[in-house]
Order: sequence, then C-alpha cells, then structure tokens
Amino acid sequence: MTEPIANRRRALKGLGALAGSGAAALAGCAASPAAPTSSAAPVNVGTGDLGLVIERARGAVAVVNTSSPRVLGEVIGLGDLSHASVVFSRDGLYGYVFGRDGGLTRVNLLTRAIEQRVMQAGNSIGGAISADGTLVAAQNYTPGGVKVFDAGTLELLADIPAVIDAGGPGARLSRVVGLVDLPGRRFAFSLFDGNAIWIADCSNARRPVIARYNDIGRQPYDALVTPNGRHYIAGLFGEDGLAMLDLWEQPPRVRRILAGYGRGEQPLPVYKMPHLRGWAVAGSHAYLPAIGRHEVLVVDTHTWAEVARIPVAGQPVFVMARPDGRQVWVNFAVPDYHRVQVIDTPTQKVVSTLEPGKAVLHMEFTPRGESVWISCRDDNRVEVVDTHSLRSIARLALDAPSGIFFTARAARMGF
Amino acid sequence: MTAVLPISHRIALIAGLAVLAVPQAYAADAPSPARQIELVRMVRQDCGSCHGMRLTGGLGPALTREALADKPLESLAATIFAGRPGTPMPGWRAMLSENEALWIAQHLMRGFPEESGPTPKASR
Repeated sequence: MTEPIANRRRALKGLGALAGSGAAALAGCAASPAAPTSSAAPVNVGTGDLGLVIERARGAVAVVNTSSPRVLGEVIGLGDLSHASVVFSRDGLYGYVFGRDGGLTRVNLLTRAIEQRVMQAGNSIGGAISADGTLVAAQNYTPGGVKVFDAGTLELLADIPAVIDAGGPGARLSRVVGLVDLPGRRFAFSLFDGNAIWIADCSNARRPVIARYNDIGRQPYDALVTPNGRHYIAGLFGEDGLAMLDLWEQPPRVRRILAGYGRGEQPLPVYKMPHLRGWAVAGSHAYLPAIGRHEVLVVDTHTWAEVARIPVAGQPVFVMARPDGRQVWVNFAVPDYHRVQVIDTPTQKVVSTLEPGKAVLHMEFTPRGESVWISCRDDNRVEVVDTHSLRSIARLALDAPSGIFFTARAARMGF
Repeated sequence: MTAVLPISHRIALIAGLAVLAVPQAYAADAPSPARQIELVRMVRQDCGSCHGMRLTGGLGPALTREALADKPLESLAATIFAGRPGTPMPGWRAMLSENEALWIAQHLMRGFPEESGPTPKASR
C-alpha cells in the first residue's frame, strides 16, 4: 500500500491542479488515503466527468477528465491489468478495478488513492456491481466461478464455484464469462465450459440462490443485458447464433436467436474474441458482432429476427451505440485494429472509416455521446473524437492504454 | 519435397533440425532481430488478449515455461501456425511464417522474453 514517492508527487501535483490551490493542505490526504480529513478533502469537485483509463502494461490506471480532456493523475500498483475492467460506485467516487491476476482494487477518483485491494482469484476477467451499489461481483477463470464482495469493505460474502457435472465423474469448474448485474440484487453469468447461464439471486448475499439454465449452446464467450434489464444475451463461440433469456417470462426460458448466421460457410479466424458488454441497442434494434465473419448483425428487439447484416472492415470486437442510438461505433481484432467504423443507424450503413491510431483496443462515449475516447495501444495515446464532425479534438499521452471507463457507467445497468 | 508434406510434419522437420543436430541451420532461419522484437510484442500484446499479457492464461491456457514443460515443441508450433479446431485458438498463418511460429514456440518453452522498449515495468 505504500506509494512510491514519484506517485505521491504526481498525486499531489494533480490534486493541486484539481483544487486550484492549497496543495500543501492536501498532502495529508494523498499520503494517508485511508483517513482523509474533511478539511483535506477536495471541495466542490464532482466525479460525473471523470473516468479511468487502464494502462495495461504498467499496472496503472489514469484518472481522466472528460469536460476538458486531460489526464489528472495516475494510480499505480494494480498488478496485471491485461483485460482489466472497471465498475463504479453509485456516487461515482470509487472505481473497482478487476485485474487479470485476480486483483480487485477500490480506487478513489478524487484522492487517486487505493482504498482497498484484495487478491480474490488466480485469473479474473471482470466484474459487476449490484443496482443498489452494495455488492461487487467478480467473474473468474481460475478458479472458475463468481465471488461476491461487500462494496464498502471488499469482504468476501459469497463464493459461487461454477461446477459442471456436479457429483458426476467429470465434475470440474468452468471459466465464467458475461457477468452482468440484474434488477433485484441478482447477477447473471455464463459458463464457457458448461454451456450454461446461471443467475445468482443475492437478496441474501451470504446465501445466494442460483437458477441454472443448461444446454444454452456451445461455448458462450460473453454476454450482455439489454438496457431495460429484460433480455440477457450470450454470444456463442461454438456455434452460429446467440442464446437469449427473457427475464420477464415466468419462468424464464432460453431461446436461440440469429441461429445459423454463418450460413454454414467456413468461419474466418477470430484473432480476438468480441466483447458484448456495453450493449449496442439503438432504438428497436440491437447491433451484435458476428463471430468469424466481418459483419455486424442487426436484430429487431421485438421479434428477435435478423433484419440486416452490415459488412465491416474486420472481425468486430466492440460494437457500441452512441448513447442517443444514432450511431454505432465498431472496432476490430488484429490485423485490422487500426480502423474504427461508424454505422449510421437510420440507414444501417457504414458512413465513415477512421484511422485514429495503432492497435485500437477500446472506445468509450462521454455520458451524452458528443465525443468518444479511443485507446490506441501501440501509439501510447488516447484519441478523443467529436462524434458529430468525426474530427479529433484532443490527444492524451498514456502508456499502452486499453479499457476506458467513465463514471456515467455507474448509472447504467449492465455496465 | 518438403512442400508436399503436411504442415505439422514440416514443422516437426524444422524442429528436429534445430533441436537435435544443426543449431546453425536454425539460426540462419531465425527471424531478423527487428522481426523478433515485433514477434515478442505480438505474443505479449495480441496473444496476450486471450493468454494474458504475462502469459499466465485467460480464455486460452497459460503459456509459461512451467505450463509448457511437457508439451512437444512441434505441436506448439503447429498450433500457433494452424490453430486448434474446436477451441478459440485461431491459426496465425496470415501473420506468421512457419519459422516464426517455431521461433515463438521455442521461446515460449524457454520462458518468453519480456518486451524491451519504452514501456517501463510497473512498480509493485
């Protein structure tokens, strides 16, 4: 927990800039983050325009401001952040950073200090926070399962091993993917090795009640929940199609959507698995990455029938709707990851192909979508693009940036 | 003659040469120093999206020296080059030559090099 001097200096410098003056008074705050005094806390500073950017190679996160695009400072010592992701507390003060190495770290965005850190697994892939903000859940590959923590203390409340073939000769743990929060203090997730969707009801967090849906299709690789919390959709790697659970049905049942979208053709190599989280639901359509095809699939969210497929520049990784739904932005797997494409949703056509930098890994819209931040790993920078003019409006130097997460996620289901 | 052999056999042949008898022959076929830097970056960053940047595993298995201790070199090289059907592991033949796949497999088995360059190591 002891911060290197350099980091403290940076934090101090940042805090001074943030508060305008009184850096000396803030020194105590940065040096002993666990016990900030009220007089030392920054005053009149909100977090609604802040965010975290993962600097994957350095095990650091940068705290950024989206109103005047800039880096405020950095928090280091977060371990292996390849494939790291973040969820936010309801008040937007804390980011929970899930690291590849199983580290779960609670970061204060204003003091830029680590408030808690636990090593909760050997190999982790992300997490979720409950709608009421009290529970944080982590999804793990090793040991395969989900762990539920008290969001205030990071105390472990429940361990949910993803056991396949329980009691049988082949009993083992599945890697878990597609963890999302659902209304009613529930979490849904998918078992990559178990071809199943589980829903954990954490009304009593120490004794979660699990509903299991088996045989949903082969190798679910990620999932999303629609903005209204009604449909949980898992993408399948092992077959053409997606598995969907209508959570408003009693009892819910799994059905297949977009079955056979590959039309039996030989799939193209998938050099990076698409991500479904950060749903692209725009109006009455959902936009989904095809697996092994250079296409975005468009599905009607009332009938769940395919309505279009849009040819794109590579294997889509993120397919993300601008918050107003007018545009959908797509990035790609290597070797096409120097490009980003913009789909105009009324015409369902690609209207622009941008080349914002080398190795684009992630995109994040500002809360109302007037700009999008794009991480360009191999150029060591984040490009900020105006979504109306499609012009770059700022460029931030960051070390091998990957995931970008803004605090507005705190208010959105499934983020 | 080699051209008609299946890929796995060709790789086995190359591997045999390199490991058993003629290290000079392998060295002659080794990627250039500049290409080696690219390959190290590719493994750490792009393979890392499934296997972890530190190669400790993810959706794909761990590729550390310990994890690969009992794996045959030629099968690793063939998996890198041609993929593994039924799993998410794609073949990287569009981006790698067979020699380069072999070079990567050999270096994985020895404990893969870290990226050198501007990225400083994280303080722990």
